[in-house]
Amino acid sequence: MSRFLDSVARCRWALPALIAAGFAFALACETFPILNDYSKIVLITVGINIILCVSLNLVNGYMGEFSVGHAGFMALGAYASALMTTKWLPACLFELPLAVVFGGTVAAVIGFLLALLSFKTRGDYLAIITLAFLMIVKSAIENISYVGGPRGMTPPVLTNLPWTFFWVVLTLWIIRNLVYSKFGRAITAIREDEIAANAMGVRTREAKILAFVISSFFGGVAGALYAQVNFFIDPKSFDIVKSTEILVMVYLGGIASLGGSIIGAVIFTILLQVLQPLGTWRMVILPLILVLLMLFRPRGIMGMRELPWFLPVRELFKGPKR
Amino acid sequence: MFFYLAQQTINAIQLGSIYALIALGYSMVYGVLVMINFAHGDLFMLGAFACLLLAVLLPVHLPFVVILLLVMVVIGLLGALIERVAYRPLRDAPRVSAIITALGCGLVIENTTLSLSPYPQFMPKLFDSTTLTYASLTITTLQILIIGVALGLMVGLDFLIRKTGFGMAMRAISFDSRTVPLMGIPVNRMISLTFFVGAGLGGAAGMLYGLAYPQISATMGVLIGWKAFIAAVIGGIGSIRGAVLGGFILGGVEVMSVAYLPSTYRDLISYSLLLAILIFKPYGLLGQPPNQKV
Amino acid sequence: MKNIIFCASVLALAGLAGCGSGGTPSVKIGLNAELTGEMPAVGASSRNAAELFVDQVNAAGGLDLGGTKLPIKLDIGDNGAKADQARTVAQRLISQDNVVAMIGPNASSCAIPASIVAENYKCPMISPWSTNSKTTLDQGGKPKEYVFRACFIDPFEARVLAKFVLNNVKAHTAAVLYDVASEAPNGQANLFKEVFEQNGGKIVAFETYTTGDRDFSAQLTKIKAQNPEVIFLPAYYNDAAGITRQARQQGITAQFVGSDAWSSPEVITLGGKDIEGSYFCNHYSTEIATPVAKKFVADYTAKYGKAPDDVAALTYDAMGLITEAIRTAGKADRQAVRDALAKIPKYEGVTGTLKFQPGSGDPIKSAVILQIKDGKFVWIANGQP
Repeated sequence: MSRFLDSVARCRWALPALIAAGFAFALACETFPILNDYSKIVLITVGINIILCVSLNLVNGYMGEFSVGHAGFMALGAYASALMTTKWLPACLFELPLAVVFGGTVAAVIGFLLALLSFKTRGDYLAIITLAFLMIVKSAIENISYVGGPRGMTPPVLTNLPWTFFWVVLTLWIIRNLVYSKFGRAITAIREDEIAANAMGVRTREAKILAFVISSFFGGVAGALYAQVNFFIDPKSFDIVKSTEILVMVYLGGIASLGGSIIGAVIFTILLQVLQPLGTWRMVILPLILVLLMLFRPRGIMGMRELPWFLPVRELFKGPKR
Repeated sequence: MFFYLAQQTINAIQLGSIYALIALGYSMVYGVLVMINFAHGDLFMLGAFACLLLAVLLPVHLPFVVILLLVMVVIGLLGALIERVAYRPLRDAPRVSAIITALGCGLVIENTTLSLSPYPQFMPKLFDSTTLTYASLTITTLQILIIGVALGLMVGLDFLIRKTGFGMAMRAISFDSRTVPLMGIPVNRMISLTFFVGAGLGGAAGMLYGLAYPQISATMGVLIGWKAFIAAVIGGIGSIRGAVLGGFILGGVEVMSVAYLPSTYRDLISYSLLLAILIFKPYGLLGQPPNQKV
Repeated sequence: MKNIIFCASVLALAGLAGCGSGGTPSVKIGLNAELTGEMPAVGASSRNAAELFVDQVNAAGGLDLGGTKLPIKLDIGDNGAKADQARTVAQRLISQDNVVAMIGPNASSCAIPASIVAENYKCPMISPWSTNSKTTLDQGGKPKEYVFRACFIDPFEARVLAKFVLNNVKAHTAAVLYDVASEAPNGQANLFKEVFEQNGGKIVAFETYTTGDRDFSAQLTKIKAQNPEVIFLPAYYNDAAGITRQARQQGITAQFVGSDAWSSPEVITLGGKDIEGSYFCNHYSTEIATPVAKKFVADYTAKYGKAPDDVAALTYDAMGLITEAIRTAGKADRQAVRDALAKIPKYEGVTGTLKFQPGSGDPIKSAVILQIKDGKFVWIANGQP
């Protein structure tokens, strides 16, 4: 078994080939009616969820914190990009990428401020700060009538399958490179033992802030993609229930694992759609699966392990994994 | 002017006492296990439903106190059961797994109740409440009862923690859980008892809440659960007195921000204020920074 | 390895589920309803009425489509009273299940996103109960082509209520308490304030709460201090019950006036004696019923054991309108159905005579004012805009 996986891992061209194939498929779906619009939206949702999961995994999984406010960054990205596409710069060239980058940047700036403010807090207190942040964002949006307040906004539909695929690949690529760099080691060190890391000279403060900023950037990116596919955004879509859903996906797939985030996002989104006929009972079954999973595999399906293709070559020959 | 403030203060105390009661459950469990029991809000909701079932299904008309005790026992047992089944196996796993399991359990409880009762239910009155008026101040006997019961339970819990053997054991476990078994204290049993008491308080809060706002639905525990959690942390999670303080502060801030400012800003102001408190006192008002061993 | 197999099987299941349903030819009509969430009673009423209608048509042989009779198949989706879910359900009904037309959603916050989907895919849609103007208007304020409704709209209702308060209740000071996070109450509150003040009334307090709140004591104390004669509560039935109860507890004696969102009979069960005597605006009244309406009330009560509320009546009318359009068009084609719908000269429905204004999806309808008396809805007056 492991020999098979080893040989699969050594196939360094497999991953780029998969990506190219996926992109080609996405483009084909745009020109030929292979999938109906509903299936396309489900796939786009899967893509958005993957980005959300991977970005939250950076803070919750690799860095070991407990952030509950990710839906807040999603909201910021969604609204910022919607403002751009509806009011400030409607219908310009490269509208979608500009809007997405703008949404991500706004979220990142706020993430930076939040990281600064909460530097001194640890653990569960950080959870509270992120939770309070989420409530504040939701309430602030409801009160600002320029963004439609509680009635929401109707951004144009710009997101499509190829763009979503592009952003998913970009997110994975950036975060994967970050995680296997010096910065990534710093974050893992913080998770294992922050004081020891500090004593060893790891610049924990900078690492924490950077992790937060990147995580919130991609949260905003996901939010922007979400806004431009959904016709309609309102503050109620970005509440604690949404944050909880993202948390469930991350822990289902596995903490500190990119492959895990993909798996978690895919399983959660698809299951949620497939189990539609069950009505509210599907929200009993999904958490039940999660609880059972936690009891038998506390770190998630792929906790702390990684799909061989994501590992850089030097990691492959390290010997048996824990 | 004075009467307006006085009436709003009464509103704040009533709301605050319910938040405090729920926050107590969070703090108790955290103090002993360093774990946030996210299923607590849903146990609160079950307390209200348990009261509904007892009041409606039983052919005998039971007095208020009996129903309260029954609800506390039933929800307490349920809390201890969840601990035994879902949390105990994860005691040595990373903390986050236990938290996520708690979240999952809460969702299961909430959605099962939602599937069984998709409509909000009406909580019948357990006794007739009269309204007392003094000048333009009004307070109903029900409100007085709720505040009284909540305060009574809080005082009772304080007594339990400070003056009984069980309380001493609980405090010992929160201080150093590894040495405690060496002293002959059955840790597992104590933890189960802690959950029993914490969940019982949550159930009682649910019943009181259901009586005060007689429309109960399966999702009523979600928002209140998170709010009470914030209250517990503001006061300093792990500290019983902190939980009570936090609950009243949250209730007070919510009511007073509506009383003197446009009501649309209520959530914005309450959470910003709480955020500010946490930034200046990162461990909560009465919390202790944990000693970190290097 | 196990993981890969698991994922693959899940995806395969998804693919299978995605493959459309075969089966006997039928006319598929979609129903986008609030079956779970904040207002399940509204969704249940809608579903009951729709199913009653479909059963009646199918029992008579089916829908006549240019000579052949085909049964109607109702495709029901649950939007959970949430905007994004409403949009997803609309997308599924229209793109995947290929319904000829969509009935619902009822709540304005859900109807608006669903209407955008319907308009984009050129699928006719009738919302039975959504009163917010934006449901049938697009971004620029122009009427949408494919979206219709079976009820009156908020500006009309606000005028009716404001005039009622000024002329019948003879009150000149009013307070408003509404859910700032919900589309319909928000719109109605602001419109009422505008019309009331235009006609000489004075709004002494304009307070808000947010969806999910149960404690309104702080806002009510603030309102009580201003001593209004009337309190306008454009809230859904669950909030209305809670607010009136707490208001009476605080000793507030003002007259309560509500919007059509009160119309579920649950409001009486949950409100008890505290909501007695309140007025609200509604789409129809069982008391001044026409023969068509009386038959509907009798059939509904016989099948479900309780009287239909206005959501049920409007859904029944919406189903009637759409099937009339399909019959006239002679085929299950969305464009043809839409054109036939807009041209219906006169439809005798349960809630009155329905006719769409030219170039608009809004019908000309009348309103009634009801009062909650002795635990029942009692007709007081016809709305005068």
